[in-house]
Amino acid sequence: MGPERGQSVAAFDLLAPAHAQEAGVDRRDHARDHARDHARDLHLDQIVSDITRDDETLQEWFFTRTRDVATVQHRHDVFRDLEDPGVWAALRELCASLREVVAHLSQASAMRVAHQRQAWTLDAAAIYCAAIRQLAKELGGSPLRSRGLQDFRRYLESYAGSEAFERLEAETTECKDALAGVSYCVQIDGGRVTVRRWAGEADYSEDIQAVFERFRQGAVRSYLIDYRVWPGMTRVGEQILGLVSRLFPDEFALLGAHFERHGGFLDPGIHRFYRELQFYVSYREHIDPMRAAGLTFCYPEVDAQSKEELAEDTFDLSLASVLLAEGGTVVTNDFRLEPGERIFVVSGPNQGGKTTFARTFGQLHHLAAVGVPVPGRRARIYLCDRVFTHFEREEDLSTLTGKLETDLVEMQRTLRDATPRSVVIMNEVFSSTSLEDARFLGTEAMRRLVDLGCLAVYVTFIDELASLAPSVVSMISTIVPEDPATRTFKVVRGPANGLAYALSLAEKYRLTYPQLLERIV
Amino acid sequence: MKAHLLYPDRDFDIAAEPIPQYDDLERDLELEVVLRAMARGDRYLFEVSRKVMLESLDDASVVRYRQGVLADCIEHEETVRELYALVIAALEDKRGIWGIRSTTSTSVLLHGAVAQLEAFAARLAQLRALADAHAGEVRSEGLERLFDSVRRDLDDEYLDVLRTHLRQLQFRGGVLLSARLGRDASGVDYVLRSPSPSRTRWRERVGLAPRTSYSFTIPPRDEAAGNELADLTNRGLNHVANAAAQAADHVESYFTMLRLELAFYVSCLNLRAALVESGTPLTFPELVAHDRARQRARFSCSDLRDVSLSLQTSEPVVGNDVEADGRPLVIVTGANSGGKTTFLRSVGLAQLMAQCGMFVTASSYRSSIHSGVFTHFGREEDASMRSGRLDDELRRMDAIVGAARRGAIVLFNESFSGTNEREGSEIGRQVVQALLERDMTVFFVTHLFDLADGFRRSVPDITRFLRAERAADGAATYALVPADPLPTSFAVDVCRRIGGFGPAGDGGKPGAARTLHP
Repeated sequence: MGPERGQSVAAFDLLAPAHAQEAGVDRRDHARDHARDHARDLHLDQIVSDITRDDETLQEWFFTRTRDVATVQHRHDVFRDLEDPGVWAALRELCASLREVVAHLSQASAMRVAHQRQAWTLDAAAIYCAAIRQLAKELGGSPLRSRGLQDFRRYLESYAGSEAFERLEAETTECKDALAGVSYCVQIDGGRVTVRRWAGEADYSEDIQAVFERFRQGAVRSYLIDYRVWPGMTRVGEQILGLVSRLFPDEFALLGAHFERHGGFLDPGIHRFYRELQFYVSYREHIDPMRAAGLTFCYPEVDAQSKEELAEDTFDLSLASVLLAEGGTVVTNDFRLEPGERIFVVSGPNQGGKTTFARTFGQLHHLAAVGVPVPGRRARIYLCDRVFTHFEREEDLSTLTGKLETDLVEMQRTLRDATPRSVVIMNEVFSSTSLEDARFLGTEAMRRLVDLGCLAVYVTFIDELASLAPSVVSMISTIVPEDPATRTFKVVRGPANGLAYALSLAEKYRLTYPQLLERIV
Repeated sequence: MKAHLLYPDRDFDIAAEPIPQYDDLERDLELEVVLRAMARGDRYLFEVSRKVMLESLDDASVVRYRQGVLADCIEHEETVRELYALVIAALEDKRGIWGIRSTTSTSVLLHGAVAQLEAFAARLAQLRALADAHAGEVRSEGLERLFDSVRRDLDDEYLDVLRTHLRQLQFRGGVLLSARLGRDASGVDYVLRSPSPSRTRWRERVGLAPRTSYSFTIPPRDEAAGNELADLTNRGLNHVANAAAQAADHVESYFTMLRLELAFYVSCLNLRAALVESGTPLTFPELVAHDRARQRARFSCSDLRDVSLSLQTSEPVVGNDVEADGRPLVIVTGANSGGKTTFLRSVGLAQLMAQCGMFVTASSYRSSIHSGVFTHFGREEDASMRSGRLDDELRRMDAIVGAARRGAIVLFNESFSGTNEREGSEIGRQVVQALLERDMTVFFVTHLFDLADGFRRSVPDITRFLRAERAADGAATYALVPADPLPTSFAVDVCRRIGGFGPAGDGGKPGAARTLHP
C-alpha cells in the first residue's frame, strides 16, 4: 500500500523538531526597511542572494532567525548527515531531477493541447520514476543519524515499494517507447497541408540552399533563423498533431491513458522534502568551494542565555567568497567574551580589518541563529533576537537633510529598538563631524550600549571609547611594524594606542605632495 | 548622407570611451536626475544624453557650434520635434513590422523585410517634404547642412530602385518536410524533403486499407494561421529572407544616425521645458580657453542653481552668486545641511552641461574650459569590501590623479575624513597644493577646520572661502556667503534638536534627552 496523507508514515520535518517553539522564530524582522539596511550592512543580502540564487522561499528561511536551541541542533544533525559523500551525492542528484520534473509539470499545465500536456507529463514521470528508484537505492545503505533524514527514509521506502508507484513506472516506460517510433511528413502547398507517414523521401535542403546562394551580400549581419522547439504549439501545429495522432492511433491512445491514470503523479511528501532540502543543499553548495580552498566551518554551540562567546579562525563569509573567486587569501580572526564582557571597541590603523571584523561578528550571530554551519574552527554563540547595524551611509538628495542628522536619527532609532538580547554593530559613525563632536556623540552612544548590556561591536578612531566601562573589550587592528602600509587584517585584543597610519597609506598610493608633482606633468 | 549636428566634421560616436572616472562623476553629481528630465522616460534619449554629457568637450569652437545648433533648435522647436518624430516613426514602422523577428518563420521575415522597405520609402518622401518646407528658416550651420543633404540625396529615383528590388524578393511554392515527435509531442528534427507526388493506393481509396494521409486547408484570410504555416514552410528559404532584411538595414541605419544626431538636442528641449516651468534661470555659458596663469583662472556665476534639485522640488531653490576669477581654489565650510553639497553639485553639473554645449541653470555663468571634470565625494565603503574608508578614498584619488591633466577641475566633498581630523587635513593639504601647482581648479567642501584654515593662512590670495550660513533663528539656509571658516561644528545642535539618544534603561523613548554638553 502506498503512503496516505495524514498517516504517521508521512511524519518527517527536515527543518524543525516536532516541538519547535514557533514563538522563538522571528519571521517578520527582515521585511522591515531598516532591517533590510542592517542585512545590507552585514552583506547578508549578498550572502543570501548567492546562496539562494534569488529563490524567495529560500530567502525567507535564510533571513529567519530562531532562538530555539533544539531547532538549531535539529538542523545541525541534518547537515552532519549530508557530510557523508554518498548521501550528499544522492540528494543532489534528486534535486537536479526534481527541478526538471517541476519545470516539466509547470510546462505541461501551460499547454492547451491535450497531447502536449500529456507528453510533458509523461516525460516528467519518466524522470521522476528514475530519480525515486535511484534515491531509494542510495539512501537504503546510508548511515543516517539525523531525525529529519531517518524519518524521511522510512517514508521513501514505503512510497517506492508501493503498488501505485510500481505501476506508474511500468506504464511510463511502455508509453515512451511507443512514441519514439513515430515519424511523419508534412506537405505544404499554398494553404493546404497534408500529413502522412514518412515514406523514405530524400533530404532536399541542400539543393534549395544552393539555388539561392546568389543573394548573399558578404559579411553582414545574419538573419538566418535559429529554429528551435518552443513549448506550446501554433494552431497549425495542433492541427498537424491531430492528424498525426490519427495516423498513429495506437501510440496516442497509450499516451492518453497514461495521463488519465498518472497525471498527478508527484507525491506531496516527496515534493515537500525536495523544497526543505534546498535549505541544506543551497548552503552546502555555497560553502563547499570555500572549504575546498582550506577554510573551516563548524557547528557552533548555541545558547539562548549565556553571552560568554568565542570564535576561532572565523571570517567574513561574503568577503571570503569574493576573495576566493579572485584567488586571494582570507585572513581569519579569533575573539572571546569572558563573563561580564559585552562590547568590543575596535580601533587602530585603518585598512586593518576593523570593518571586516565587525561584519563578521554580525554575520556569525545571524548564521548561528539560522541553524547553519558557521565560518570558523570552533564557535560558541549567543542566540540573539535582532542584529542592528549602523554603518555610514551616503547622502541622499531626496531627503534634503544632511548626513549628520540622518546618522543621528538612525542611531537614535537603533538605540531605542535594541534590547539586552540584541547584537548592535556600529562602524565609524559621525566621521563627518569634527573630532570633538565625534568624541561627544560616540561617548553618548556607547554609554547607552553599556547600560543596555547587549552584545556590540563599536568601530571607532576615538581611543577613549575603548576604556569606557568594565564590560568593554578593546580590540585593535594590526599592521606590520617595519612596513606600516602593509595590512595584516588581524584584529586582536590590545589597548587602543591612537596610532593611525594615514600618511604612510597616502605614500603607498603616491599621493603625497612631492609624489603628485612627479606624477602630474 | 550625413547629419553632423554634434561635431562640425564627424559623426557622434555612441560607442566612444566616456571621460575617465565617469561613474563617480555620474553618481556624485546625481546626473541621472538631469538625464531623466532630458529623456522624459525615453531610454534612448537618456543614453544618448548621458554619452554626450560624459564626452565633455575641451574645444571651445565645438562648444559654440553646438550652442548654435541648440539655439536654432530652441527657436524652431516645432520643426525639430517634427523632424525627430518623423525619424522615430520611421524606426517605429520598422520595429512594428520587425516585432516578429523572434519568430521561427523565414517567410514572415521575408514579408516583413519587403513591408519595411515600402514603409521606409514613404518616410523618406516625408523627410524630403519637411526639408523643402523649412530649409529657408534655419540659421545654424548644422541644421542648414542637414536639410541640404536631404533635399539633394533623397530623390524619386532612389525610391524606384528600392521597389525594383522588392519585386525580385518574392517567393512562391510548396515544400515537403519530415518530422518526428519531440518529448512534448511537437514536431522536431524538420528536414526539407524532395517533393514527390503523393499517390494514394487504390485499396485505401476504396476503404480497404487504413488511410495513409490526412489534409486540411487554411482559410485564405486567416493571417495568423498563414503565419503559422509559413513558420513550418520555409526552413530551406532562410537565405532569401536574409538578403531582403539586409537591404532594409541600410535604410534603417540612415534613420538611426539621424536619430542619434538629433536626440541630444531634443533632450535639451525637454530639459529646458521642465526648467522654464519651474522658473529656473537659463543662460548659455561663456567658456574661455584655459590659461596656465592662476590669476587668469575664471569662475563667476550669479544665481547658480543645482539643476537636479530644481527638478526635484517645488520649493524655491536658492541660487548662489560666486566670484572666483583668479582664484582656482574654492573652499566651502559651515553648517551641516547648509547647502554645501548642493552648491558643489551645482558647479559640477553646470560645468558638465557647459562643456557639452548646453545652457546652464544660472542667470550668468563664465568659466575656464577644463580638460576634465572630476569628483571625489565621501562615500559608503565599496561593495567589494577589501578596504576601509580612507583606503577607498585614496584609491579613488589615485585614479583621479592618473586620469587628470593640467587644467582639470576637481570637486571634493568631505574628502579624507576616513581618518581623524589631523591626518585627514594633512593629506588634503598635500593633495590640493599639488593640484593647484599643476594648474587645476579645486572646489573643496570640508568640515576639517584644520585643512580649511591652513589655506586661509598659506594661499589667501588665490582662494575663495564660502560658508554655509544659518539664519538668526538657527535654522540652516542654503545660500553660501564669502566668509572664512569657523572652528566649530554643529553636531550638538542637531543632537539636541532630534532629542538625543535617550538615557539607558528607560525603554529608549526619544526626547528624554540627558545632558548634551560634554
